[in-house]
Amino acid sequence: MSTPTVQDLAAPTVRVENVGKSYGDRTILSDFSLTLRPGEFVALLGASGSGKTTLLRILAGLEAHDTGTVEAPAERTVVFQEPRLVASKRVGSNVILGQRATRDRRAAASAALVEVGLGGREAAWPTTLSGGEAQRVALARALVRNPRLLLLDEPFAALDALTRIKMQALVAELCHEHQPAVLLVTHDVDEAILLADRVAVLQDGKVGVELEVPFDRPRRRGVPGFGDFRRRLLLELGVEEAIGAA
Amino acid sequence: MTTGTTTSRARAETPPVAAATAAGTVPATATGAAGARRGATSSGRRKRSPRDVLLRASVPTAILALWFLGSAQGWIDEKQFPAPWQVGDAFVELVSTGVLWENLSVSLGRVAVGFAIGGLLGLTLGVVAGLFRLGDQLLDPTLQMLRTIPFLAIAPLLILWFGIDERPKIIIIAAAALFPLYLNTHSGVRNVDRKILEAGKVFGLRGLGLVRHVILPEAIPSVLVGLRVSLSVSLLALIVAEMSNAPRGIGFLMVSAQQYFQMDVLVVCVLIYAVWGLSVDLVVRLLERLLLPYKRLGRKP
Repeated sequence: MSTPTVQDLAAPTVRVENVGKSYGDRTILSDFSLTLRPGEFVALLGASGSGKTTLLRILAGLEAHDTGTVEAPAERTVVFQEPRLVASKRVGSNVILGQRATRDRRAAASAALVEVGLGGREAAWPTTLSGGEAQRVALARALVRNPRLLLLDEPFAALDALTRIKMQALVAELCHEHQPAVLLVTHDVDEAILLADRVAVLQDGKVGVELEVPFDRPRRRGVPGFGDFRRRLLLELGVEEAIGAA
Repeated sequence: MTTGTTTSRARAETPPVAAATAAGTVPATATGAAGARRGATSSGRRKRSPRDVLLRASVPTAILALWFLGSAQGWIDEKQFPAPWQVGDAFVELVSTGVLWENLSVSLGRVAVGFAIGGLLGLTLGVVAGLFRLGDQLLDPTLQMLRTIPFLAIAPLLILWFGIDERPKIIIIAAAALFPLYLNTHSGVRNVDRKILEAGKVFGLRGLGLVRHVILPEAIPSVLVGLRVSLSVSLLALIVAEMSNAPRGIGFLMVSAQQYFQMDVLVVCVLIYAVWGLSVDLVVRLLERLLLPYKRLGRKP
């Protein structure tokens, strides 16, 4: 990020321009535009029902858009909110789901499992994993394909608070290492600030505000300016945070 | 009586799904993979304490003891219900004269052929209707209507059409086996978690690959529930089919024993059916262990 000129010159990994999408009378996205450069980590913030998951699904090729242009690489993978593992396949086979189980791919699966902290668990069945472990397998499955675009659909939302913190650190570390372009869809402002290079706020079906996150890595919640930045994003989301009596 | 027998046998492992399907009352959607999964989890092997085993075995043992004692003391009229040793003697005689095997082999053959036809048809139709919208539109309404006909009710018709040879018997067994497998396979395939399907698509699976790697594996628990019910119901169909005009078979053995007041032979036949039903359960359980090794492993605490 310190050399923006190089990245600006490179062709964007994702180009979304003036995209519209509606279900019946309900307009979800209108005139939505967003660009992701290679290796860039962008968080798309939005209240629930704001259409952020719809955009992710369009980028994943799971849904068609009505109008506008979408350019996304074919090498894209998703980590969903739920692990979505195939119960009848062992962890190792789940990681390389849809790929030929050659010795090469098996080795790659093992390496990916080591990366997510589940080394040696290839033969385990998904039903024996905890929620956090299953989500790590899902992360390994997404990373083993060396994606140019990694789509994260609220991947931490279903985890308990402590596991969530660990998983966020893991995702930050692995994304830094593998350098895919990342789109994280979330409603958690802290999470967006901790992980992303840039935060886009979804308002009325389009990106209302886009802000570079001004903090050095590794990031902590307590750094000076964090609170102000957080409040600003919350305001953009229409939330004024003040708990307790005045 | 028909439903009662099946229900109690099916209840052994997958309570709501198998029982309800056997009774033919539950709509297809309710017999989905989720139900099968729930059933399988609750049946996970638990270690039983010796005291538990003892208590569970006590009542059947007491009943057996009462039968022995009652027969020995003459409390039970031999003409009404034979003594255990008489049943034993009858069994030995039936085996040594070859009568038992001669009839049992015919019955086994009928079920094998009937079940192979009906079961394969049910499985295939279930997969086709589960996978393809067109298949569902063409097949499902008809099959759902047909399944409401109690298959035993068509026995007289079949006998009129085909006479008393093997055909009506095999058709009844096939018809009995078809529906449970169709219903459970159909809903199993249909109710594969859409989210996991989507994940499969995102990770590059299409068409046959998706069917092979995601849909069928996810549907197997349902298929096995269907298989269990199908096998139990085909035994019922066999009994009924053989009781009308069969020249050989266990059912024929029973009918002739009834005519000659051979109570001991009758009881042997009933016991053979019981062992048969039990074996069906064991076979399906074995299949479950082979096909669904992960079911035995519960979630970690």
